[in-house]
Amino acid sequence: MSWVQVLFVLLSLVAVASALLVVTTSNLVHAALWLVVTLGSIAGVFLLLAAEFVAWVQVLIYVGAVVVLLLFALMLTRAPTGRQDDLNVGRVVPAAIVAVLVGAVLVSTVVAGFHDVQLDLERAVVGSASVTGGTVFRLWVLPFEVLSVLLLAALVGAIVLSKLRADEPAEAGED
Amino acid sequence: MSDLLEALLRVLVVLVAFLLLPLLVGQAEHKAMAHMQSRVGPMYAGMFHGWAQLVADGVKFVQKEDVVPRDADPAVFRIAPAVALLPYFVVMLVIPLGPGLVGQDLDVGLFFVLAVMGIGVIGTLMGGWSSANKFSLLGGIRVAAQLMAYELPFVLVGASVAMAAGTLSLTGIVEEWQPWWLLWQGIGLVVFFVAGLAELQRPPFDMPVADAEIVFGPYTEYGGLRFALFILAEYAGIVVLSALTAVLFLGGWRGPFEDSLGWLWTLVKTFLVAFVVIWVRVAYPRMREDQLQRLAWQGLVPLALLQLALTAVGVVATA
Repeated sequence: MSWVQVLFVLLSLVAVASALLVVTTSNLVHAALWLVVTLGSIAGVFLLLAAEFVAWVQVLIYVGAVVVLLLFALMLTRAPTGRQDDLNVGRVVPAAIVAVLVGAVLVSTVVAGFHDVQLDLERAVVGSASVTGGTVFRLWVLPFEVLSVLLLAALVGAIVLSKLRADEPAEAGED
Repeated sequence: MSDLLEALLRVLVVLVAFLLLPLLVGQAEHKAMAHMQSRVGPMYAGMFHGWAQLVADGVKFVQKEDVVPRDADPAVFRIAPAVALLPYFVVMLVIPLGPGLVGQDLDVGLFFVLAVMGIGVIGTLMGGWSSANKFSLLGGIRVAAQLMAYELPFVLVGASVAMAAGTLSLTGIVEEWQPWWLLWQGIGLVVFFVAGLAELQRPPFDMPVADAEIVFGPYTEYGGLRFALFILAEYAGIVVLSALTAVLFLGGWRGPFEDSLGWLWTLVKTFLVAFVVIWVRVAYPRMREDQLQRLAWQGLVPLALLQLALTAVGVVATA
């Protein structure tokens, strides 16, 4: 095995182990912090696969923004230090089954789609910003646009929901 | 083998700069602030105008006891300062001083810098949460709210410069830079600087550490070396922000005699911006939380979008 493969395996192991810790730890904030490790090691995996730009997007969006948002929400609502034993709910077994099934679907999709594709690192094109941009806006432009419409719908939905909340006390006051 | 040696040497040089430049800025702050307030500042340490004051402070911090509060989350509490400090070191590795004078030139340098700088905040949040102190927690919440508000204009004007230069490489941006960009990217310069100040929680954006309300925010329970690391992170942040402002908006090593004195120009511009950071601290009172949020969402974000539109028009018109 070359050193790239060794690193790949190590990073994958870190990603999987920390992902397991995210769902098994009995401390909500620890879960968010383990998520940082998971997302960071996935960024490392992207780097090893020569997808440089995607790796830093992963760090900027997921580690820098999403996890900070998560921590912010946790700190605003419930963030006691120490163990919380009420985190495990009765739905553990069905949830685990669903997770395993979703994982199986995803893994089989990826394997069916890419099982004979080999990345030749010696000749691979480094996924720089221009290469990534060209691919997204030429080859994958339709999925990209569909995704942006989806995000727009989510945005509008969030605004509508927060508007509903804001209007309620005012109406109650008028009555 | 020589490649490895060269890489090690570059990292070593950046490490020395990383340890030295924040101290220089800190000392400059001591003295400049004092004179702006009609004081003299440190005078005794090191005999000459107190130049060794921060060295003495460092020695004092090292000698102090390492205290972890009883109810704190010890592991998170202990590693938080390192998480806050390390990203700035990593960022410094890719900021160019001159053509070729860079720890590691990256094709997506600007993007890398913006991505890694965001990680430092997690260290502050970890410290704020794990201290098991309500002031720390409040400070942490304020840090997070501030970061989310100011990250958007920060990244948007960064994107504007990248669009103008047609590259994400920091070296490439400086090489494309023209003096009239000071006007064209002027709004971007102001937005970048203000948003950067807010991300560093420097006055007047120091609501997260407002001493009259929440003691010292996320750092309340810290003492000794770990506290010193947080403070070092703040000053390293000033150096990184100033260097980035110089490289992105002020033309880095461009100037008279740039072939021989380019690196000096970058340093001079960096220190000028750092001086303004200090000056702003003395000149403006602390902003309230609602003022902070209003400035970001109603002031900086629209301005950043305007700059982005201006840049796009400029790029299309000159293309």
